[in-house]
Amino acid sequence: MSVSRAVLEERVFGVLKWISIIFFIIICLFPLVYMVALSFKPIQELLINPGQWWPTLEQVLSFETYRVVLRPVTEGGFGFLTFIRNSTIVAISTVVLTLGVGILAAYSVARLNFFGKRTISFGILMIYLFPVVVLAIPLFVMFSRIGLRGSLYGLILVYLASTLPVALYMLRNYFYAIPVELEEAGMVDGLTRLGVIRRITIPLAAPAIAAVALYVFMIAWNEFLYALLFILERRDLWTLSLGVQQLDGQEVPKTVLMAGSVIISIPVIFLFFIAERFLTEGLTAGGVKG
Amino acid sequence: MTQLQAPETIEAERKKRRRRKTGMARRESRLGVTLILPAVLVVGLLVIFPLIWNFALSFQQARLINIREVSIFGFEPTLQNYETVIGTRDFWPVLRTTLIYTIGGTILSILMGLWAALSLQKAFRGRAWVRGLVLFPYVVPVIAAAFVWKIMLNPTFGIVNVWLERLGFNSVDFLNTRSYDISVFGIFTISVPLALLTVIAFEAWRYFPFAFLFILAALLSLPKDVEEAAFVDGATLSQRFWYVTLPALRPVIAVLFLLRFIWTFNKFDDVFLLTGGGAGTRVITVKVIDWLTGRGNVGAAAALGIVLAVILIVLVIIYLKFFYTDEETA
Repeated sequence: MSVSRAVLEERVFGVLKWISIIFFIIICLFPLVYMVALSFKPIQELLINPGQWWPTLEQVLSFETYRVVLRPVTEGGFGFLTFIRNSTIVAISTVVLTLGVGILAAYSVARLNFFGKRTISFGILMIYLFPVVVLAIPLFVMFSRIGLRGSLYGLILVYLASTLPVALYMLRNYFYAIPVELEEAGMVDGLTRLGVIRRITIPLAAPAIAAVALYVFMIAWNEFLYALLFILERRDLWTLSLGVQQLDGQEVPKTVLMAGSVIISIPVIFLFFIAERFLTEGLTAGGVKG
Repeated sequence: MTQLQAPETIEAERKKRRRRKTGMARRESRLGVTLILPAVLVVGLLVIFPLIWNFALSFQQARLINIREVSIFGFEPTLQNYETVIGTRDFWPVLRTTLIYTIGGTILSILMGLWAALSLQKAFRGRAWVRGLVLFPYVVPVIAAAFVWKIMLNPTFGIVNVWLERLGFNSVDFLNTRSYDISVFGIFTISVPLALLTVIAFEAWRYFPFAFLFILAALLSLPKDVEEAAFVDGATLSQRFWYVTLPALRPVIAVLFLLRFIWTFNKFDDVFLLTGGGAGTRVITVKVIDWLTGRGNVGAAAALGIVLAVILIVLVIIYLKFFYTDEETA
């Protein structure tokens, strides 16, 4: 009896497994397909016949919604080129700053001994679990007072502080894995500590640094709350996430909104494709917050 | 080959080395502090200082209009802001919504992640491809994800309602319906908090890849021999899962629950973008930002932020004390 139950279960779960895989493929892929399809569709057609959401080839090739989205406001568009530029500046500056500060700090925690090290590294990690809204309010007040609200510098600084914990954590774990002997050999050969970091540790940790850079880029690129609080009044400074969110009004066609969503997603999905392996490993190593 | 040395020279050599070591250790420690200093400054100025200021703000009558006059030292010994935020009619409902949203989103995303990991654990052609694909919901910018959902669920032209109508149902405004009556076999009706459930479904969809990655990594690192032994002993697939695999996954699930609980509890973007906090989906974080930008009451926003943090800390302590088991104790 028990054998037949075992065989039955193997069969049932074997079939269920394939049904599950198909289910997961659909729920993960379909929303993106729908987003891209709608972004090419003229809104009038969609409203007349919502069932026909697949665009024709001419509609795709005309890129009409994308032209509207990218065109400057002065020419009747939504000025997304400016938002793309702003987001790029903010995200890349955040990556450079976070890596600079993060690599030094992570090396210090991984290799050097000093008083209060454990407390400091633990404290920095705890930020990661702290409610963002609780920080956002005083930063809002602080930046209003010193004139950093309404500037991209303020945004970059906040992103630096919020991506530092994950950078520190991931880099530290990777630095631990580099054999100390290699560094000692470098010191025996007459390198200073900083020379060791520059010539030995950083080149060896290049994959980890690349993964951290990608993460920090994605976090800064996708961030929404701080952008909403700090730069809402300055349309010329809007980042893509704020730009897309502000399109969500009655007067903007939803297909244009989808085009904006596609634009903000493209770099992220592209980066994900070229570096999926790194990223998955980093994700489980660092537990990147979402 | 080492030469034999007189004991006293060895002793002297050792002493010298130790002295050199402490000199080096001192230099190392100074360098260590120097290297971590920028990080400490960033955290001090942009995290610790603001947190202290937030505490001060929660005792101040600070408004958005007079924000430029607000000083960190200007607090008064009054709990008025706390009384205001806790005394509002919707404080307890908002807290309840937050808890339902957090616990629902956390548990569902972990269950879905477990399900996906179990389905994808054995190798098959194209598994790497599917595994990458499954991470999409987590990787896509939240803005894009939320708006696609909004449009898919749109009552006039969204694809979900198009299909519902084709199947002969009425269209449903998922994100704007506070409670929806479902008739069960026409005998009785139950009303469900539809918008809240939709937002929870979004959380499960968006964050199951995170749980999936952790659980898959744990599954692949499990020793095969126990399961094989159970197989030889005649345990069926479901028995092996229930008595062998699941207990072995307990530690990773416990960590996942903790992380996802904290992050979901602190989450603002998802609810704000999907519903703006309407139709019975207002969570505390949305309420905090509402106090700040909607009503311009900075002091109240700061106070509610503190309340949020305190509730979170208490819940985490309760969890760690009564529910959490790690490898050593499991």
